[in-house]
Amino acid sequence: MNNKQKFSEVGRSVRKVDAMGLATGRAKFTDDYEMPGMLHAKLLRSPHAHARIRSIRTAKARALPGVAAVLTYKDVPRVPFTTAGQGYPEPSPYDDFILDDKVRFVGDKVALVAAETDEIAGEALKLIEVEYEELPAVLDPRKAMRSSAPVIHDEKECYIAIPVPYEPERNRAARVEAVVGNVEKGVMEAEVAVEDEFENQTASHSALEPHCALSWLDENDRLNIISSTQVPYHARRIVSRALQIPVKRIRVIKPRLGGGFGGKQEVLLEPYVGILTLKTGRPVKMRLTRKEVFTSARVRHNMITKVQVAARKDGELTAIDLYALSNTGAYGTHGLTVASNVGTRTLTMFRCPNMRFSSDVVYTNLSVSGAYRGYGGTQGILATAITMDDLAERLGMDPVDFYLKNIIGGGAEVPILKELGEGPVLGQPRVSSCELAACIKAGMEAIGWKKKRGRPGGGRFRRGIGMSVMMQGSSIPYIDMGSAFIKMNDDGSFNLLMGATDIGQGSDTVLAQMAAEVLTVKTDDIIVYSSDTDLTPFDVGAYASSTTYLSGAAVKQTAEKVREQILHVGAALLNTTPGKVHLSGGCVIGPGGKSVTLKEVGTSSLYEKDQFQISASASSISHESPPPFAAHFVEVEVDRATGKVRVLEYVQAVDCGTPINPVLARGQAIGALINGISYALVEQYIYNSKGAMLNPGYGYYKIFCTKDIPKITTIFVPSYEPTGPFGAKSVGEVCISGPLPAISNAIYDAVDVRLHRTPFTPDKVLEAIHARRRG
Amino acid sequence: MEIVLTINGKKTRAEAGTSETLLDLLRRLGYKSVKYGCGEGFCGACTVIMDGRPVNSCLVPAVTAGGREVITVEHLGTPQKPHPLQEAFVEAGAVQCGFCTPGMILSAKALLDKKSNPSEEEIREALDGNLCRCTGYVQIVEAVQLAAKRMKEKKRKREKKIK
Repeated sequence: MNNKQKFSEVGRSVRKVDAMGLATGRAKFTDDYEMPGMLHAKLLRSPHAHARIRSIRTAKARALPGVAAVLTYKDVPRVPFTTAGQGYPEPSPYDDFILDDKVRFVGDKVALVAAETDEIAGEALKLIEVEYEELPAVLDPRKAMRSSAPVIHDEKECYIAIPVPYEPERNRAARVEAVVGNVEKGVMEAEVAVEDEFENQTASHSALEPHCALSWLDENDRLNIISSTQVPYHARRIVSRALQIPVKRIRVIKPRLGGGFGGKQEVLLEPYVGILTLKTGRPVKMRLTRKEVFTSARVRHNMITKVQVAARKDGELTAIDLYALSNTGAYGTHGLTVASNVGTRTLTMFRCPNMRFSSDVVYTNLSVSGAYRGYGGTQGILATAITMDDLAERLGMDPVDFYLKNIIGGGAEVPILKELGEGPVLGQPRVSSCELAACIKAGMEAIGWKKKRGRPGGGRFRRGIGMSVMMQGSSIPYIDMGSAFIKMNDDGSFNLLMGATDIGQGSDTVLAQMAAEVLTVKTDDIIVYSSDTDLTPFDVGAYASSTTYLSGAAVKQTAEKVREQILHVGAALLNTTPGKVHLSGGCVIGPGGKSVTLKEVGTSSLYEKDQFQISASASSISHESPPPFAAHFVEVEVDRATGKVRVLEYVQAVDCGTPINPVLARGQAIGALINGISYALVEQYIYNSKGAMLNPGYGYYKIFCTKDIPKITTIFVPSYEPTGPFGAKSVGEVCISGPLPAISNAIYDAVDVRLHRTPFTPDKVLEAIHARRRG
Repeated sequence: MEIVLTINGKKTRAEAGTSETLLDLLRRLGYKSVKYGCGEGFCGACTVIMDGRPVNSCLVPAVTAGGREVITVEHLGTPQKPHPLQEAFVEAGAVQCGFCTPGMILSAKALLDKKSNPSEEEIREALDGNLCRCTGYVQIVEAVQLAAKRMKEKKRKREKKIK
């Protein structure tokens, strides 16, 4: 809190810059763009979990009037790539092909069609004749590494471009191991130790906008792609690799985007529309159906987590040992990094001398896992927060007191980050700002923890209260880069161009606020244009909770450079030197209070004297990934007759540093929370015995609606991150990870059963209650 | 077959395909605020108001829309002169990605047209068929409450003037 300054545009809930265009239906998403002569593309999907294509005949499909192209694996470059939109070289294996002669999950791509209409494309798919040789499939991650398991990636081309273990011959896509201290010794020193095992379910991001891409060749024969992507620059690079055309021939543009949550950090459609455009010379659009989003896009990693925590009688932690068996599905996208974040996002929070995290990431013939808001933290916190609740009880401690005794505070050194970081770690990694203790205290106060805990009542409906603590990061240090460009106009307004990718979270707005703060103007004097690889400077994109922290730092530095130029011009206009003027309230103010407006500065710089374009660009890389923290408290009611769990009240206290825009920050915190509660209670993939998803639609894959929303209180505790722009760190992901363990702990408080498998549906709760009765 | 319907107050003659949905027809005619989210009537992104009632246009065969009156969010207001609901959605932080917003606003409008002073529960009931993954709904419900309050005040002022 020490460095807190008074801000004018930062910290204010200015209107989201794109909101009115969206609310009036003017704003355009990818699917709202059309081109003359545009073709519609569709993919034929695999009905088998694991099969070799013995023959594929396309003559009938090609002959259908209105069909422009039918492509199979024989017609496309055979270059292994990853769909993971990550930094280069990607930490995900190159194990995917545009099309292949093998399919690895139900919903995998088999053949590609472009036709004059969507209907004709659909008809053409039915005319493609495929003969499959079915192969034994791996449908249980526990069995994936057995010597008897069929090898899913037996192609010789697959590899990973960074020096990490990769053993496709054992169906192991990645392995992680990190140790601090000596866990066995830590357990020996403990008086109480608890071991447990958990499993979280596969889930869909369910962004309301299904993935969509549109490509065309411009007059210079360059491939232009409008795409619903979180990662325009990575998309450009990955398309270049997959299609074997140079980066300079590709332009990727992201228009308004209808939610991502990690699901659009994947290059799923761009290579397909791209290759069809190259083959036909015509514009091509492809939009996934909702069913395809469920079956063929990406999902949250299902994991089986094993954990042991140990403590002395006084509650001091002596050891944490965490293991995750991560099911990456048919391709290894984000396998390694999500797994390592299971460790990072949990172990970082605790002052404990002995910690170990290990993980095996295995291929299965199931839905492909990828980045999903929470990114491993969700899975790790599920395991640790329930086990710690259990440990606290065995110690006879209130979990609140247990946490307050064991969590880190501001300035803490975090040695485990040295072992688990994605990038190089220079020096001893530390956490600068941490108000987690304040979050816990504020949250328990707001929900009435002491009054409600341990009072389930009698009868059919029992009440319980539970809590959890969580954290995320803000960018990937030394790897992620964001940059911005600002130019000044003659009326004193500014164009802010940046690669940062607004996917609905409001980055265009908060980054404009930061520029406005430095340039002492209003946010609506900043004209934002983002995410166009031809026109905006580089940014890794919207992921790893990086935008506010990392792209924000780039915008701030850019604006500061522009401010210097303004002061030069202003000083000249005031017949003084730059050292004697300052910028305030949209004016350059000189000695004696003499001033010129930004309009005068802008006009002079462009038209009057020593003309030049006032403009600057700056880039930012992060040296730390400051974690936002949160404490969650939930009160539930459990129906002992049906097993139904109802959330009565939810309190979350969040430390995100300075909220740049409180209304938008609150929206991030609540949006993540509701996604997390919905995941904890109702969302799940149901597969049949052949690996096909049985519920690929909102009719049978429930997500929370307005009527499901409990009473929610969101508290932002005062906090200031010294390394962040204006004291900010991230807020987009952190709050999704709390509900799984908090609700499980609350169920325990209500009916004395611990739930280990998610979601906490009535059947599981009832089964646990019955099992307990049976003893 | 050819149908004649009223879209946003404009009499429109259109050729409707036999298997075409009202969603596809409206988008084909340029009303792009009507979104495809699931095509099964579960998500509400394609909501339009038809003869005063909110409907999932993905479930309405286009040929049955003949003679009907359809309203999309483009009709409610413009950025310069927004409808109080649009204003309130922007102000309350009810718009994140904005993909569900047109449908959400139309469901809210259909409610407020019938009931100027709805309870929170009635708002939740009316919006229950519109999915949103970004906001967690809290700020959407707040926006509808804010709009209802403002519309009521406006109406009262108008009535006072007339008296």
